[in-house]
Amino acid sequence: MSNPQLVMYDEEFQEINDVIGRLLKEANAKVIFLVDKNGQLISGVGETERFDTTSLASLTAGNIAATGGLAKLIGEKEFSILFHEGEKDNLHISIVGGRVILVVLFDSRSSLGLVRLRVKKSSEELSTIFEKLMKKSEEREKRGSSEFPFAEITDDDIDNLFS
Amino acid sequence: MSFINYASREINCKIVYYGPGLCGKTTNLQFVYQKTAPDAKGKMISLATETERTLFFDFLPLSLGEIRGFKTRFHLYTVPGQVFYDASRKLILKGVDGVVFVADSQEERIDANIESLENLRINLKEQGYDLDKLPYIVQYNKRDLPNVMTVEELRRELNPTNVPEFEACATTGEGVFETLKAVAKLILIDLKKGK
Repeated sequence: MSNPQLVMYDEEFQEINDVIGRLLKEANAKVIFLVDKNGQLISGVGETERFDTTSLASLTAGNIAATGGLAKLIGEKEFSILFHEGEKDNLHISIVGGRVILVVLFDSRSSLGLVRLRVKKSSEELSTIFEKLMKKSEEREKRGSSEFPFAEITDDDIDNLFS
Repeated sequence: MSFINYASREINCKIVYYGPGLCGKTTNLQFVYQKTAPDAKGKMISLATETERTLFFDFLPLSLGEIRGFKTRFHLYTVPGQVFYDASRKLILKGVDGVVFVADSQEERIDANIESLENLRINLKEQGYDLDKLPYIVQYNKRDLPNVMTVEELRRELNPTNVPEFEACATTGEGVFETLKAVAKLILIDLKKGK
C-alpha cells in the first residue's frame, strides 16, 4: 500500500531542524536537505538559497526511486546509501526510517568517512521524530480531522485560485 | 499523497500526466511552463534522450496561490510514454494525488491509447491505488490533426466511466490549462473531504 499522507507540525519541524542543523556543523557540510520519498522538500539547512531546492528534492526522490528499482531487480530491498562524487562537491544520500531521504552536500572541508559517521547518528534521531510524527497524524486522523485546514474550504475558495 | 506542512503553511500535491508515447505529455507541461508567471513557477526539468524523448520524467513545480493561509503547490510530472520504460513509469506514480490521461486522438494511435490506459490501471494498482477513486481527467489531444477519431468514439474506448474530459491541442495550448485546472480542482475537493 502507498505511504499515508505526511503531515508536518511546528513542534516536530523544529526538532527536525535542530537535528539537521547540528549535523550540518558536525559533518562540516554545506547544505543538508530532508526530502519525502515522493519528492516533496521537507526542510533544508545551510546555504539553501544557492540551490534550486524544489528541483533538487524532486530529482533526489527520482534517484532514490530508480536505485530502489535496481535494488529490487537484484534481490535487495533497497540501497540505503548513495554517494555521488564530484570535482568539488559531493552528495551523500541516505534513507531515514524507510520513508524520508537525507541529502548531505559537502566539499573537501569534510570527508566521506566523517559524513557517514555523523549521518548514522542523526538518522537514528530523525527516525524517532518521524515515527512520533506518523503516530501523531494517525491519532489525529482517528479523532477526526476537525483542525484540518482544508475541511472548511468552499468551492469559491478553489475557484479563486484559478481566477 | 499530498504533503501538508503546518510549520511553513504549505500544501504540496503531485499530478502525473500519463499516456502513450508522443501523445503530448511533455508538450502540455511546456505550454504550462511558457504561460505561467515567473513567480508562480519553478524550473522545468526534463530528463530526456538526445532526440528529446522523455527518458525518466519531466517535472514542473507550480505555485497556485493561497487557500485559507496555506500556500498550494502542485508538482507536475510526466511519465516516459514508450512501452519499454514501464519500470520508470511505476516509480513516478508513487505518491500521486491526481492523474491526467493524455490520449492521442489520431485513428492509428487508438490501440496505443488503450494499451497505455490499461498499463496505467495496472501500475496504479501495484502501488495500492484505484484509478476510479483518484482525481482523474482525460484529455483528447491533437484535435487539430486531420485524421482524428470523433470525441464520441474516443470516449467509448477511453472514458467509459465518464470522468471530466477535455479536447486539446497542446502545441497551441488549447485545452491545456482547462485540463490542469480541472485536475487541480478535483485534488483540492478530495483534500477538503479529508481523504
